[in-house]
Amino acid sequence: MDILKIADKEFTSRLFTGTGKFSSSQLMEDALVVSESELVTVALKRVEVSDKKDDILIHLQHPQINLLPNTSGVRDAKEAVFAAQMAREALGTNWIKLEIHPDPKYLLPDPIETLKAAEELVRLGFVVMPYIHADPVLCKRLEEVGVQCVMPLGAPIGSNKGLKTQDFLEIIIDQSTVPVIVDAGIGAPSHAAAAMELGADAVLVNTAIAVSQNPIAMAKAFRMAVEAGRIAYKAKLAPVKQHAEASSPLTAFLD
Amino acid sequence: MTKSFKNIFEQYNWDTITSEIYQKTEADVLRALGNTKRDLEDFKALISPAAKPYLEQMAQLSNRLTKKRFGNTIQMYIPMYLSNECQNICTYCGFSMTNKIPRRTLNDAEILKEVAFLKAKGYEHILLVTGEANKTVGVDYINHAIQLIKGQFANITMEVQPLDQPDYEQLIDSGLYAVLVYQETYHKEEYKKHHPKGKKSNFDYRLETPDRLGRAGVHKIGLGALFGLEDWRADSFFTALHLRYLQKTYWKTKYSISFPRLRPHSGGLEPKVEMTDPDLVQLICAYRLLDEDVELSLSTRESEVFRNNVVQLGITSVSAESKTNPGGYVVEKQSLEQFEISDERPTEEIVTMLKNQGLEVVWKDWEHFS
Repeated sequence: MDILKIADKEFTSRLFTGTGKFSSSQLMEDALVVSESELVTVALKRVEVSDKKDDILIHLQHPQINLLPNTSGVRDAKEAVFAAQMAREALGTNWIKLEIHPDPKYLLPDPIETLKAAEELVRLGFVVMPYIHADPVLCKRLEEVGVQCVMPLGAPIGSNKGLKTQDFLEIIIDQSTVPVIVDAGIGAPSHAAAAMELGADAVLVNTAIAVSQNPIAMAKAFRMAVEAGRIAYKAKLAPVKQHAEASSPLTAFLD
Repeated sequence: MTKSFKNIFEQYNWDTITSEIYQKTEADVLRALGNTKRDLEDFKALISPAAKPYLEQMAQLSNRLTKKRFGNTIQMYIPMYLSNECQNICTYCGFSMTNKIPRRTLNDAEILKEVAFLKAKGYEHILLVTGEANKTVGVDYINHAIQLIKGQFANITMEVQPLDQPDYEQLIDSGLYAVLVYQETYHKEEYKKHHPKGKKSNFDYRLETPDRLGRAGVHKIGLGALFGLEDWRADSFFTALHLRYLQKTYWKTKYSISFPRLRPHSGGLEPKVEMTDPDLVQLICAYRLLDEDVELSLSTRESEVFRNNVVQLGITSVSAESKTNPGGYVVEKQSLEQFEISDERPTEEIVTMLKNQGLEVVWKDWEHFS
């Protein structure tokens, strides 16, 4: 079995998913079940934590689904730490997807506040999964403070543009000692497969599934694409060639 | 130097802008539709008469862009009027000082009664509204009201008189999330005619309110013009100009746009310029094409049929069964309202309508993280 281990948990699925933008909670549940995703992120600000009957949470009660609360909506490290503690208390998990995007327009992560918050949250015993730019140096700095994985973006969140940051993702994957999860921007199963072929350990997909015409079929397509990309990565892709290599005109004289 | 929209605004001339909008051609519209990033020139083309034949195309684009960003969801909110006392004269408003109506400001017990009613309906995002009466309904009253209800709502927005920056800072500290402040019209001379008396007659102070809010660090600012006072196209251009300036200057703040059209009210003013339903659809779509992520909000001023349809065309938040009089839900149903609403359907019916259209109703999308 090709297992992905993050902190103390083992995952057989390398497709992580989100819960936003679906046209109903029932459709979200059906799509997530078909995706076979074992880690599902949910915005703390969207759930009624004091209410045991919260509509989103009710639809995520499956044995294979682990909840990954995220801090969406916070603007700095202080608020993020507060939100993480709230999530731990309300949802009974010390896993946190650390998202600090003070810019509500492009939702781009603040690297400085993220590093500060990550350090504090690790100290407080959280499993920290930070959403960040595809910045290889920041990834190493986060590793040093003890995060359990890094989640660089492929393109602006919700943009469906694919792996616009590929050159930097390759450096991150090459250097990382913790799992690399490509988060944000993945708009098509082919993008997910491409990320896995590069050697990403997992991908996180939300908008592309939730907003498609048929979220259930799209969830299946992503599941298959992630599996295919992973198998291809393990099998080692044949090298890319610009043109056919029929002869060796420059060295033929040696023969 | 402190930044201010006033400096930018003063570089523009109302009549020039109006004539530029009306001179936009089909070629300008096609270029605007073809672009993926659109600027204010594109926006002028999209709100121009030349874009009218392209309304269906604009609607389809708007629908797609909205779903990409906001998903298949609609946010619900509810206004709660705290007071109808007002020291302004506004020619179009039922609360105007010269209107001989009974004035009322809710006390704590009354606020809590209204709150209980709204909570039972499921609301988590509330909009507090007052007139402008600084002695009775000043910053202290508003601050107290926010603290009184903060534990019950995930998200508190207010639409009250413009305040100074330190006042906003205090209210944000108490749990205020967003402030709506509509310029009414960006036509400075006409503005003075519609607001002859009271603090509101100061055009510049109102124009600079979003700057003070931005500096105070508010989470969201709502903009808009009151349609019916002046040419809606020119007013919308200036609103968009304001939006663009604010987005670049206060980049941590979210923005929303509202589309109030003049409604009948006590002592009413007839709209000088009519804005038709197709006009309003064109404007909603034009905003979405200009900006994928600005929130677009529609109140119960609009009719059932109109609302049923535009929730697919770019609108991201709606209210339901709103009362525009203080105590209107429970405490004193018959007190005088600011304007008549049009869509009177109960919340439950709106929710069903949205669900039947494949739209998930979002009640809560905020949390007090401090």
